[in-house]
Amino acid sequence: MRIGLFATCLGDTLFPDAVKATAILLTRLGHEVVFPPGQTCCGQMHINTGYQREPVPLVRNFADAFGDASIEAVVMPSGSCAGSVRHQHPIVAERYGEPALRAGVDAVAAKTYELSELLVDVLGVTRVGAYFPHRVTYHPTCHSLRMLRVGDKPLRLLREVEGIDLVELPGADSCCGFGGTFALKNAETSTAMLHDKSDNITATGADVCTAGDSSCLMHIGGGLSRIRSRTRTLHLARILAATRTTPDVLTEASV
Amino acid sequence: MSSARDTVLGRIRDALALAPTPPVVVPRAYRTGRALPDDERLALFTERLLDYKARVHPCTADRTAEVVGEVLREHGARRIGVPAGLDARWLAGYEGEVRQDHADVPPARLDALDAVVTGSAAACAETGTIFLDGSPDQGRRALSLVPDLHVCVVDLSTVEAGVPEAVARLVPERPTTLISGPSATSDIELERVEGVHGPRTLVVVIRTDA
Amino acid sequence: MSTFLGMPAPPPRSPYGTGNLRGDRAFPRAARDELGNDQLRRNLGRATGTIRAKRLNVTGELPDWEALRDAGSAIKTDAMNRLPELLEQLERRVTERGGTVHWARDAAEANTIVARLVRATGSDEVIKVKSMATQETGLNEYLESVGITPYETDLAELIVQLADDKPSHILVPAIHRNRDEIRQIFLDRIPGVDPELDNVPAHLAAAARSYLREKFLTTKVAVSGANFGIAETGTLAVVESEGNGRMCLTLPNTLITVMGIEKVLPRYQDLEVFFQLLPRSSTGERMNPYTSLWTGVTPGDGPQHFHLVLLDNGRTAALADVIGRAALNCIRCSACLNVCPVYERTGGHAYGSTYPGPIGAVLTPQLAGMHAAKDDPNSSLPYASSLCGACFDACPVKIDIPSLLVELRHQHTEQTGLTPEKLAMKAAAAVMRRPSLYAAAQKASALGRVVAGRDGTISRLPPPLSGWSDSRDTAAPPRETFRSWFASEEGRATLRAAATDPNSEQKGEETA
Repeated sequence: MRIGLFATCLGDTLFPDAVKATAILLTRLGHEVVFPPGQTCCGQMHINTGYQREPVPLVRNFADAFGDASIEAVVMPSGSCAGSVRHQHPIVAERYGEPALRAGVDAVAAKTYELSELLVDVLGVTRVGAYFPHRVTYHPTCHSLRMLRVGDKPLRLLREVEGIDLVELPGADSCCGFGGTFALKNAETSTAMLHDKSDNITATGADVCTAGDSSCLMHIGGGLSRIRSRTRTLHLARILAATRTTPDVLTEASV
Repeated sequence: MSSARDTVLGRIRDALALAPTPPVVVPRAYRTGRALPDDERLALFTERLLDYKARVHPCTADRTAEVVGEVLREHGARRIGVPAGLDARWLAGYEGEVRQDHADVPPARLDALDAVVTGSAAACAETGTIFLDGSPDQGRRALSLVPDLHVCVVDLSTVEAGVPEAVARLVPERPTTLISGPSATSDIELERVEGVHGPRTLVVVIRTDA
Repeated sequence: MSTFLGMPAPPPRSPYGTGNLRGDRAFPRAARDELGNDQLRRNLGRATGTIRAKRLNVTGELPDWEALRDAGSAIKTDAMNRLPELLEQLERRVTERGGTVHWARDAAEANTIVARLVRATGSDEVIKVKSMATQETGLNEYLESVGITPYETDLAELIVQLADDKPSHILVPAIHRNRDEIRQIFLDRIPGVDPELDNVPAHLAAAARSYLREKFLTTKVAVSGANFGIAETGTLAVVESEGNGRMCLTLPNTLITVMGIEKVLPRYQDLEVFFQLLPRSSTGERMNPYTSLWTGVTPGDGPQHFHLVLLDNGRTAALADVIGRAALNCIRCSACLNVCPVYERTGGHAYGSTYPGPIGAVLTPQLAGMHAAKDDPNSSLPYASSLCGACFDACPVKIDIPSLLVELRHQHTEQTGLTPEKLAMKAAAAVMRRPSLYAAAQKASALGRVVAGRDGTISRLPPPLSGWSDSRDTAAPPRETFRSWFASEEGRATLRAAATDPNSEQKGEETA
C-alpha cells in the first residue's frame, strides 16, 4: 500500500524518533511510505485554543499535501492529530473555507488513520515482528480512546510483541492532564492530574510507559523526569519498530 | 410593554429563526413490549427489591391477610392507616387499630400512625419499582408517605418486566408516585444510606397468583 | 421587546449581576485555592470514585443503553425544535387541570413571582425541594431579603444552608463535605440536636429527619423545581431519593414549581426513556427511591393550589446558538461532573456558577454570557477542560461537551481583540502555512538545545510556559528534524534496510 506519512509538527520538530519508527515499521511490513514535503501542522492547537480562522491555511495545506489519489491511506503517530483531521477539519472548512476545501478535507479525512488503526483495521496485522524485552505499561490517550475509539487495538499490537512484559496501568483511561494549552492556562489543575498519572505509572514498576501520542508522552515524560522516575516514555511506534536485529536504544528520556 | 409570556415565546421563536435545525425523528430502538414468564418476573422483581433494602414476602392471594397481619405484628404496628378502598379482608389477620384515611385528615395526624397498608397500580421488575396512582386501594399520596412503615401489596400480574411496559400502564392525569425501596440518600460521600424522610421500612407483599 | 414579525433579534443573556451564574474570579485562580485543600480533594476523589463504579455497573447491565441515549438525545432535540408549541401546550394542560402558569423573563422576575405567591398565602416561610433553577435565580437570598424564610429539605442542601456554604455539585451539593464535617455542622447549627450524634451517615440522616419533620407537617407553601414537564398531559416530574420531595409536593396546601423552559418533554411516553437514563447516570441506581408525577391539582390529594413558573433567564440566548443549544438538552444528572478529571480535583466552587463541571462550563457562559464585563470570569470556563472527552461518553443524552467547549473558546477569541495569545497564534499559523518558513523555524527551535542541561532536559521556561516547567522537564529539541532525516542518505539507507529486514518474514501476518 502507498501510505502518506504525516509527521505532525511536534513529531517532525521535537520527537522525530517516533516518526522514524513509524516509517521504518511500515516499510518493514512491505509498504511504500511517502512524505509529502508540503506538510506542516494540522492546526489542532489553534482550534482547541479557540482559533478557527487562523488554521484555515493549515487545513488547506494538509488537504493539498495528502489529497493525491495515489496516496491510499494517511497515517500519523498521533491520536489527537488524527482526531483533529477527522473531526475538526470539516468544521473549520465548513465555516471559514470554500466548498472545494470542504470536499478536499472530507476526502482526506476518510483515509486518515492513527497508527494502530492503520495497522489493525486497514492492514489487518497485529503481529508486526517486534521484539522488546522490557516491562511496559500502556496509557491510552484521551483522543485515541474517546475521539477515535481505537479501543484495544494498541494493546492487541503490544501483546504480540516478542519478549514484552505488558502490565496494566491503574486508572489508565484518566487524562494525564495535558490538553494542549490547558497545561499552560490551568497549569495547577493539569499538574494535579499529572501527579496522579505519574503515581499510577510508577506503581506498575514498568521500564517504559507507552502511548500513541507524542504530546501526551511529552507531558508524562516531563513529569516523570522531574520526579526522577526510572520509568521512561516511548511512543508505541518505537516499540513496534524494535526488532532483535535493530533494537530501540533505551538510554534517553526522549519519546 | 408586552407580557412576560409574549416576550419569552417571542424570544424562543427568534432563537429558532436565528438557528434553524432540521426536524428530528426519535429513534426508539430500546427494548419495549418485553414479556417474561411469571417465575422470572417474580425472581427479578424480588432480587431488585431486596437489592435496595425493601423486604419481600411472596404469597398466594388466599394468604394475604395472614402475611399482612404477620408483617404488622412483627414490626410492632399498633395503629395503622389504610385508604378507603383497601380490601378489608387483607386486614383480617391484624388485631390493632385501623384508621381509614380521608382527605380531611390533616397530614400531621398521619404522623401518629405506625404503618400504612396500600395496594399498588403497577410495578417494574427490572428496577424494583412500585407505582402508586391514588386509586381507592392506594389513597392519597400523604398516606403512604408520612408513616414510617409502608406495607404494599402487589399482584404479580401487574408487575411488568421493564420501565416502558410499566409506564404504559399509568394514567397520566393521576398523581403518581414511583417507589423503589425505602427512602434513601446518597448525599453523604455519595454512599447510599436507607432511611431519611419517607418510610424507612418498605415491605412488599407479592401475590403470586393475583 | 422581541417580535417575530420582523427580523429575529438575538435573545438576551441572564442580566449581569443577578442570580448565581457568575463567580468573582477566573477559574484558574479559583481552582488554585481549591487544589490546595487536601481535605476537599480527598472528599471529592472518594465520592466521585464511588459513583463512577456504580454508574458503570448499572449502565453496563442494560443491553440497550446506547439506544436509550440515542432516544433521549433525540427527544430533547425535538423538544428544543418545537419549544413554543410545547410550552403553550404545557400551559394549556396545566391550566385545564387547575394550575396557574407564570412566565419569567429572568431570575429577578421569577423571584418576584414566587415571593408574591408565597405572600398571598399568608405564610412567611417555605419548604424547598432541591432545585437547580431556584439556586440559579438566587431565590433563597431574595426570599430572605423580603422576610420569607426558606427551608432547604434535601439533606445536602440542608448541609449547605446550615453551613452558609455554596453548593458544589448538581446532584450532591455538599459533596465537598465528609461525614465528620457534616456531623460538626449539625452539632453547631441544628437546634436541640443530640450532642452525642456521631458521624455514621444513617445517624446523620436520622438527625435531618427529626429536624425537618415538623417543618413538613406544618408549612403551608412549598417551592420545587422540576425534572420534566410533559406538554401532552401537563404532568410534572420530580426525581428524588429521600422523600423530602414527596413531603414538599404533597403536604403543603400551595405548591410553586419553578422550571426552566428547556425541561419540557413532548409526550408522557418519553418518561420511559428518562426514567432509565437519569437515575442510572446520576446516583448509579437502577431507579431512584422516589419519583413524583402530578398534573395540576387533584381534589383531596396534595396541594390544592399549584403554580408553575416557566423561566427563561438566558435559555433563549443559548437556543439561538445552533451548536451551543445542545447544552440545553442537559437533564442535570451530573455524570459529567463525576467523571471529569478537572472537577474531581478542583470541586464545584471554582466554576463560580450554580452549574459546575463540564456541563456548567458550557451552560453557564451561554446563559449568562462570557463578555458581560471586563475579564468576565465566565470567559475562563470553556478553558477549564483538557478536552479528554470523558464527559461526552458519560452523558445520557449525548451532549458533545468537548466540541461545545471548543466552540465556546472560538466564540471567546472572536469577541476579544488582539491579545498576545492571538498574535502568537497568528504568527504560528503564518509560519506553518509555508513549508519553507516552517523548516527554517524548526532549525531555530533546535537552538533550544543550548539552554538544556547536561541531561538533555530543560527544567525552567519563561512565562507563559513557566506553569508548565514548574512540574515538568522538557526534552531538548533533537539535532535533526524528521523531514531532514527522511531526505538524508542515512534515512534512505535505514528504510532500504527495513524493507529487507529479516523480521519481515512475519510481515503482513493476518490478525487471527
